[in-house]
This record gives sequence, C-alpha cells and structure tokens, in this order.
Amino acid sequence: MIYRFFEGLGAYFLFLADVFRRPEHWREYYRSFLREVDLLGFSSIALVCFISLFMGAVVLIQTAMNLDNPFLADSYIAIAVREAIVLEFAPTIVSLILAGKVGSNIASTLGTMRVTEQMDALRVMGINPASYLVLPKIAACLLFNPILVIFGMLLGLVGGYLAGDLLNLVNTEVYLSGYFMEFFPHYVSYSLIKTFVFAFIIATVSAFFGYKVEGGAVEVGKASTKSVVAMSFTIILFNYILTDIIL
Amino acid sequence: MIRVKGIKKSFGNEHVLRGIDVELYPGKCNLIIGLSGSGKTVFLKSVLGLHSVDSGTVEYDGRILGDLNKNETKKLRQEMGMVFQGSALFNSLSIEENVGLPLNFFSKMTLEEKSDRIKFCLNRVRIPDDAFVKMPSELSGGMQKRVAIARAIVLNPKYLFCDEPNSGLDPETAIVIDKLIHDITHEFGMTTILNTHDMNSVLEIGDHVVLLQEGKKTWEGKKEDVLTTDEKAVVNYVFRSNLFKQMRNALAK
Repeated sequence: MIYRFFEGLGAYFLFLADVFRRPEHWREYYRSFLREVDLLGFSSIALVCFISLFMGAVVLIQTAMNLDNPFLADSYIAIAVREAIVLEFAPTIVSLILAGKVGSNIASTLGTMRVTEQMDALRVMGINPASYLVLPKIAACLLFNPILVIFGMLLGLVGGYLAGDLLNLVNTEVYLSGYFMEFFPHYVSYSLIKTFVFAFIIATVSAFFGYKVEGGAVEVGKASTKSVVAMSFTIILFNYILTDIIL
Repeated sequence: MIRVKGIKKSFGNEHVLRGIDVELYPGKCNLIIGLSGSGKTVFLKSVLGLHSVDSGTVEYDGRILGDLNKNETKKLRQEMGMVFQGSALFNSLSIEENVGLPLNFFSKMTLEEKSDRIKFCLNRVRIPDDAFVKMPSELSGGMQKRVAIARAIVLNPKYLFCDEPNSGLDPETAIVIDKLIHDITHEFGMTTILNTHDMNSVLEIGDHVVLLQEGKKTWEGKKEDVLTTDEKAVVNYVFRSNLFKQMRNALAK
C-alpha cells in the first residue's frame, strides 16, 4: 500500500511536469481558460451563495444558543460568527464543496476525453494534451475559487445577520458593530492563501485522476469518485498544515 | 512511403505485435485487415507513435520516428491526420472549432484564410454550412465521421490514418465514408492507412491490403487477390461464412 502511494505520488509529479510545459500557442490556451472560467467558476456561484447564506445562519443560531448569557454582549456572538466563517467555514467548506462539484467535473471530463480517444487526437496533432487541457483549468480554479470564497465569506456574514434579525436572537445593531470589532485583516489573507492551495489541489488532483483513466465509462465514474475522496483527504491535511504554519 | 520494420509491442505478458514488416505505399489506400484482437489498432497507434514499440522501427520517407528530436517529431505530426474509431471530436468545441483547432496551433494563416480552409474541408466532406456552428453531439454518427475526416485533412497531411472509420455506421453511410476516404487519398496524393474488418471496404477502396493475425502479418496483396488467392490465412479470414464459402466454390467452378 505504501509502495502504491509513493508510486501514485511520483506519477502525480510527473503529470505536473507535463502540465507545466511551455504552452505551444498562448491564444488557444487563453480561449480555453475563458471557457473553463465559465464552466468551473460562474456555474458555481449560485451553489456557493446558497450554501454560504445558510451556513452563516446556522453558525449564528448555534453560537447564539451557546453564548446565551446576559453578561455577554451580542457583539461577541458576531465576532465568533465572523471568525468561524472567515477562518474556516468559507475557505475549507466551500473548497470541499468545490472539490465535489468542480473536481468531479474535471475528473469525469478528462476521463471521458481519455476513453473516447480525444487525448490521442490531440497527441496526433502534436499538441500536449496534459498542458492544453489541464493548465487552463488550474488557472481558472486559481483565479475563481478565491472569488467564490470571498462571496462565501460575505454571504455567510449576511446569513448570520439575517438569521439573528429574523429569529430575534440578537440585537441587530450591537451584532452588526461586532462584525467590525477586533478585526485582523491577516485572517482574510490566511483564508485566501488556504483557498489558493486548495484550488491548486482541486484542479490538479482531479485532473490527474481523470487523465490517467484506462478503460471505459465505469472507470471514468470510479476515477471521479476516487478523485473526490483524494481531494477531500488532501484538503483536510493541508488545512491542518497551513493553519499550523500561518496562524 | 512508410516502412515498418520488425515492430513488436507487448502489454505486460500479452504480446500484441510479434514482429511486423510492411511497406505502406504513397498515394494509395493501404488497408490493414484482421479479426478483432488481431492487433490492428495497436499496430496503427504504434506506427503513429502513440504507443512506444518494444523493438523495431517506423520510417516516414527516411525519417525514423523514434530517432527524431522534439521539433522534428512535431513537424512530422503536422504531416499526419487521424480519423479515430469513435470520431474523437472535442465535445466542448463546435464543428468549425474542431476543424480549425490544428490550424490555430500550427498555421500562420489569417483569420479569413483559416475560415476559407475550414469551409473548404467541411464542404469537401459534404457538411452543410448551417451545421458549422453545431456541437458534435448534435450530429449523426456518419456526419461526425465526416467532420473527423475534415479535421484530419485540414493541415493537408501527407499521411492519413483511419481506425475503423465505418464501424457503427449503416452499410450505406459506411460506403459513403469509404468512398470519401478513397477519393481524398487520390485527390491529395496522401498515404492512407486504414484499419478495418469490413470486407466491403476492402473490396471498395483497398489498393494495398495487409492481413494481420495474432500480431503477425500473414498476407499482403491487392484487393483483387483477396478473392482469388489460395493463401489459407486469407481464405479462412474472408470466407468464414457459409454463404461466402459457397460463392467461392461457385466461382472456382
């Protein structure tokens, strides 16, 4: 099992070496990048907004329930909600959701291209399929995932505020002022660094699993599932490592 | 001319190609025939360089495939066109984008010239203008094959490879595709190498026929010889059905 792990890791780095070769034709890569931004980025906005809004609401309800104390101002609830969303929920949970949505899309798209010989068609033309197909996806994820996470943060905070207001759990004025108390911008940069790393993991790990598919439709499905599992493990592991290093 | 010398290819313990020597003639339709599993596709992909061979050489007009540097290989690739068994059109690109992709990468044409070339190739394979903006999934299997042919010839290649181009098509469409490949081969003077197990194709377009069995070349000749030769390998391959056996006996009488 250990041998297989290191064999897979070696194959992953060789794959990355292939991906990061100098592109043959920048304009084609740029066109492909725009398609990927639309496919992987814009199509995820609604999902991220919906989840973040309700995630913020749930965090507020749970925090308010646990900090229900007459000696504790509602602004402290706001600080707890803000830190939970900015530090952890937005970057990590949104990235895990994107690993499921975007990652499985990348793995199954590339896997299908492999089994239907579209990658061979590129190779016959003299185009490096790893670079042409994967590099624009990595660029799109690196560009758009942080934007999605920022959306996630903002909507999480809005969700918390709305839940507090609608359910009458907090004094909204005091609560709102809490969002701006003791705010460390470093926390946002920490979140965005994590998001960049997670975006790279999502794009490359899923592409690796899709690119290496051999067989038919069943193997494409299996590769997609395996990629989501591998991405989730890697994201959680790197979440710990980065938190330990940066915070 | 493509000269293949003693190529062998194995996958693990499975020996798929067991030393094949063959010359594929320029300006002709060279057909590789054989049963499923005889090594036709692996042979074709080995000649193309998509599979690295265990031993032997593939020579393109004096250029040995494995000995070329990166730039020479790239240049050679631009002289090749390939029609895959399942068409292998890019799902995310429209028909004209599919055909135009090799031009975008490897030609220095202006946008207008590219557009003209794409139109010429698609019209040559009889794709109507209103289908240019459609996606591959919106086309029938026969039309997809024709688009794949257009994409394969867009860079005006010297060598055209076709892997069972009429598999999955109805007999009438299959004949249309065969005839198209035959006409294009002679019109542009290409060296065409086509894999098939369809005897109709052999008799329609096979200028030079090579029979593969269990990874070995067991016979080669002209299409006319296929029906008349007494070579056991060919007789067993071509006259497998009782109807064909009876026809052969009737012809012999």
